[in-house]
Amino acid sequence: MIEVSELGRTFTVTRKAGRFRRTRQDVVAVGGVSFEVRAGETVGYIGPNGAGKSTTIKMLTGILVPTAGRVRVCGLDPSRQRAELARRIGVVFGQRSQLWWDLPLRESFDLLRHIFRVPAGDHAKRLQECAELLGLHEFLDTPVRQLSLGQRMRGEVTAALLHGPELLVLDEPTIGLDLDSKERLREFLSELNTTRGTTLLLTTHDLDDIERLCRRMMVIDRGRVLADGPLAELRDEVTPERVLVVDFERPCEELTGLPGVQTVKVEGGGLRQQLSFRRDTVTAATLISMISQRSPVHDVAVIEPDIDDVVRQLYRR
Amino acid sequence: MCAVIGCYLRITLAGFHRYSTYRQAVLAGTATNIVFGLIKVGILSGVFLARDGASIGGYDLTTTITYVWLGQGLLGVVDLWSEDDLAERIRTGDIVVDLSRPWNLQTALLCTDLGRAGYSAIARFVPQLLLGAVFFPFRWPDDPMVAPAFVLSTALAVLVSFNLRFLLGLTTFWLLDSRGVRSLYSIAAPTLAGLEIPLSFFPGWAQHALSFTPFPSMLQFPINVFVQDGPVLAMLAQQLLWALLLAATARLVLARAMHKVVVQGG
Amino acid sequence: MADLAVYFRLARAQVRGQLSYRGSFVMNCFGQALAQGNDLLVILVVFGRVAALGGFDITAVLLFYALSGMSFGLADMVVGSIERLPTYVRTGAFDVVLMRPLATLFQLFAGDFQLRRIGRVLTAFGTLVYVLSTTDIHWTPAKALLLVLTPLAGATIFAAIFVAANSVSFWFVDSRELANAVTYGGSYLTSYPITVYVGWLRTLMAYIVPGAFVAYYPGLTLLDRADPLGGPSWLGWLDTPVAALAALVAGLIWRTAVRHYRGTGS
Repeated sequence: MIEVSELGRTFTVTRKAGRFRRTRQDVVAVGGVSFEVRAGETVGYIGPNGAGKSTTIKMLTGILVPTAGRVRVCGLDPSRQRAELARRIGVVFGQRSQLWWDLPLRESFDLLRHIFRVPAGDHAKRLQECAELLGLHEFLDTPVRQLSLGQRMRGEVTAALLHGPELLVLDEPTIGLDLDSKERLREFLSELNTTRGTTLLLTTHDLDDIERLCRRMMVIDRGRVLADGPLAELRDEVTPERVLVVDFERPCEELTGLPGVQTVKVEGGGLRQQLSFRRDTVTAATLISMISQRSPVHDVAVIEPDIDDVVRQLYRR
Repeated sequence: MCAVIGCYLRITLAGFHRYSTYRQAVLAGTATNIVFGLIKVGILSGVFLARDGASIGGYDLTTTITYVWLGQGLLGVVDLWSEDDLAERIRTGDIVVDLSRPWNLQTALLCTDLGRAGYSAIARFVPQLLLGAVFFPFRWPDDPMVAPAFVLSTALAVLVSFNLRFLLGLTTFWLLDSRGVRSLYSIAAPTLAGLEIPLSFFPGWAQHALSFTPFPSMLQFPINVFVQDGPVLAMLAQQLLWALLLAATARLVLARAMHKVVVQGG
Repeated sequence: MADLAVYFRLARAQVRGQLSYRGSFVMNCFGQALAQGNDLLVILVVFGRVAALGGFDITAVLLFYALSGMSFGLADMVVGSIERLPTYVRTGAFDVVLMRPLATLFQLFAGDFQLRRIGRVLTAFGTLVYVLSTTDIHWTPAKALLLVLTPLAGATIFAAIFVAANSVSFWFVDSRELANAVTYGGSYLTSYPITVYVGWLRTLMAYIVPGAFVAYYPGLTLLDRADPLGGPSWLGWLDTPVAALAALVAGLIWRTAVRHYRGTGS
């Protein structure tokens, strides 16, 4: 679906140096990024501000021309075959609208149908589907300017899907949304991927989006890919420690002498103990059976590391 | 007292500085003024050619060409177009922040505008004055007293223009969308102030009617002071009168607007 | 060709949006008519002082004005919003334009069609009707065709000027006003006989920027007048080919400009 090799983008910036002199300086926004996204994948593309996310997205969608490397989306060269590509992908920018401000949502969709030359039947079917799943019916006839941000965003996503794209690119789709709207949108996108097989590529600052939606995560910083892989693998690789929370039936003295295990916290005079262990040295099951031999266990829980921690660790590397 | 004046002086300087950062825009604006000036010189020269050089009112060909470059240069200083800034802040409600500051809003905005006018005088007026003087027939004043009178007259023109624009902006408190009113002003004001053709070219009755309006005070009077056409003191007095009258009106209207904000919450 | 229908649909949607603010629309329309009327007023004032300008009487000048005004008004209505290009670039709206499977330029035209600017066209059209009904013109079928084609060709020339001049803002974002020199300046210049301008200004604005073909040459042909500058009488028939050439050049400039944008994405 997406093939990117050694993709690079350098901007020339003119800086003022003194009253009249100006110096030109090359700034690397994306410096040789390679990756591949197969059809049906869900990929979260994350990185701090200025990491090169938007620049990459713009190169993938044909808005920006790369200065180095090669990019193919749906088998097309985005910058040369911009219009052709536009018919096959959907793009949602969280902070810019492709709807008509003064028109009811329904009319915006109708215009898009003509712009993308979608047969009326297909259009009606897809609109019906999106409207159902995203709950658009109540505001389909409201002018876009009167919609709340959450409603508008649902409209934007629908707008990007009406021509039945194989790939949906979303740039910060949940920015500024309330929790309820976020949840609804995530559910919808996840559904879209499983039922229709639409490939998803999204950039976000909200790591819950990744956790809920993306089976694969790509981390970029300063124009380079720092990590790329399934979320679970990245998590194990970066933060192999897990925390085991054990609730005993009666207070028990601090557990010691377990191989590769450290006590994090003892609460309730030993009634609850938190232990950290490395997954690569001991499994949770072995650990639990060892502990239950010492004292009857009431309940156990394994805490996975927070995705924020994972990302923070990655940036630090 | 000193502190207060110091504060407003700072605001003036800030206005000057802020405007000076838009160098590219100022340059583009000046270039555009010059092109319009050249076209105007062509048309008005045609007028005198057709009249075999006979002057109109106090304006002969040289005076008229001098008028063109003074007018084009002063345009940036006096600013006859009503800008969006104040109206936009009122419309969005941001004005509450400005009103809550420990300053007189009218004075503060006037200071900013004076700073802007000062920068324009250097960056837009002087270059066009020199352009006119070097490449075209140009009428320099023959009395050194004209210089201070011209500076004073220009300053008064800025005061009149500012207060009119301020008043137009304030109408947003009542109209909500004042774009219509302001765009009508932007269309009418330049011609009525004497930018397109000297007001002395107008028929007598129209000149008479205009003399009861503040429009000539914004452009035609400073130019007339420079080319020594008409009684200087009378023109300055009329400008001063309009400046005071409009400033007082604007003050009154602002007070009403603030009352409205306080009572109705904007 | 199928795309053409889409552009019409986009323009219609845009107009429907504008008409939903009826009061504001009427006011703006009136303002535009007034702005065009303002130029008419200046011509009338000038002819209060002279019998002829640049060798032409008031009828001829009003014809130039009317043809120029209709051309500019039509171009401004369809293409004029391209002035807002810096805003599109800043807000990212231009990215949205690039995301759609349509030509960028026509998307912008259709997406920001400003019906209110018909006000300008109406004033100019009224003047045209007045001039034609009071002047003795020796009509032929060819001349009737020329009369219909001239505003369209003129509008195309102005549209080309709008596009070419505003393409600059992809490089210099703050230099927007520079475009006004050739767009509004062109409208101002072509309202008068080009005989009044000095040689190099005439060469630049009437031939390189082909302003002379908007109103002057076709106007001469309609009136059966010889060109005082000695141009052959068939120049009036060249307005349509010149317009096509201008459109082509502007299209090429636009393409280069968009390529530059996609290379910087500022």
